[in-house]
Amino acid sequence: MPSFTDKEMEIEIGLMLRIGVSVSAFVVFVGGILYLIRERMLPDYAHFHATADHLRTINGVLHGVARCDAASVIQLGILLLIATPVARVIFCVVGFARQRDRLYVAVSSVVLAILIYSLMSGNR
Amino acid sequence: MGIPYILERGQVGANPKSRGLGSMHAAEFSALVFGTSLLAGFLGSLTGLGGGVVIVPVLVLLFKVDIRYAIGASLVSVIATSSGAAAAYVREGLSNIRIGMFLEVATTLGALLGAYLTAKVSPHWIAIIFGLALLYSAFASFRKQADHAVNSPNALAERLELRGSYPTSSGEQRYSAQHVPLGFGIMFGAGTLSGLLGIGSGAVKVLAMDQAMKLPFKVSTTTSNFMIGVTAAASAGIYLARGYIDSGLAMPVMLGVIGGSMIGSQVLMKANVATLKMLFAVVIVALGAEMIYSGLTGRI
Repeated sequence: MPSFTDKEMEIEIGLMLRIGVSVSAFVVFVGGILYLIRERMLPDYAHFHATADHLRTINGVLHGVARCDAASVIQLGILLLIATPVARVIFCVVGFARQRDRLYVAVSSVVLAILIYSLMSGNR
Repeated sequence: MGIPYILERGQVGANPKSRGLGSMHAAEFSALVFGTSLLAGFLGSLTGLGGGVVIVPVLVLLFKVDIRYAIGASLVSVIATSSGAAAAYVREGLSNIRIGMFLEVATTLGALLGAYLTAKVSPHWIAIIFGLALLYSAFASFRKQADHAVNSPNALAERLELRGSYPTSSGEQRYSAQHVPLGFGIMFGAGTLSGLLGIGSGAVKVLAMDQAMKLPFKVSTTTSNFMIGVTAAASAGIYLARGYIDSGLAMPVMLGVIGGSMIGSQVLMKANVATLKMLFAVVIVALGAEMIYSGLTGRI
């Protein structure tokens, strides 16, 4: 069986990244249409007061999407976008494992752990 | 009527009693931000300077948006353009996934620190540091693209598999990384800047790989682009939890920058970008100076 080359891994990663960006842009677009249909008033962006609590956690966003809340749909698209590089790192962990490159399975696992730590920071 | 209209509103916004763009409708605001982001994404991809770098100053200075919301929206657009462009780069076979992954340990740790610092550092200082980063990225874009690539084996680089080869006109050119700890350290700094300012900090990443680690220029730029998305994702989780990512603002910014950079990469093949690059660099320098001035005078 031919070994899994770096080139093949990169091509698959490229495809995955493109799908991730397209899907998330589509979800943000749909949410944007809903937002523009429903919202008339512009929020006050000149002063910082942080976004609503339910838009700051993965669970909150999913519940909002179930309610068809426009801001939550946009936020879901943004979460999918953030998940795209995370998926790429997961893909690399698997790819390096297929190449039996233990050092890089470890290196990419460290990067993955840092990303998961960041994504979970709102859900603690 | 776009720009004068905003400026007029902007002056209203300078009055502390006023809510600035408050009287504007959501649709109107979204359309203006979308158009501006489209232009930023277009110029950014055409000149190679990146669109994200001008989004924050434009939102802050022109649209009077709080710098934390601006940074959140910009970071989202940075993930989008990096991931979109990486798909095109991998086909050329120039980026190095091992070097990228190894250095991402440094950039993601730095990004966590940077995102943590955004809550500690005052907006004045963020504006000043942002201005300096803008000036540096304009300066770096005019540095000679000389290749410093060396192929002399370096013990640490060999152990970490930080080597590779890339196609040139005279066949495959081999290279091996040098000064690994220095490169790793600069990458940590690049990640911190990225997390603090919501930018890709591609210029500093290229500095680490091209100048410090002596990697070929093309390998440095494409690997840097590959790393930007992962670095930005590391601070994005924290930004989201802190409420910096506002959907109504991030939506037109993200869609505009993606659209603009897609158009830019199509035009890139045919256009002579030297003049445009000079013009865009002048804009970046002006925005950088204005950010520093606004930060120093306490207007941001």
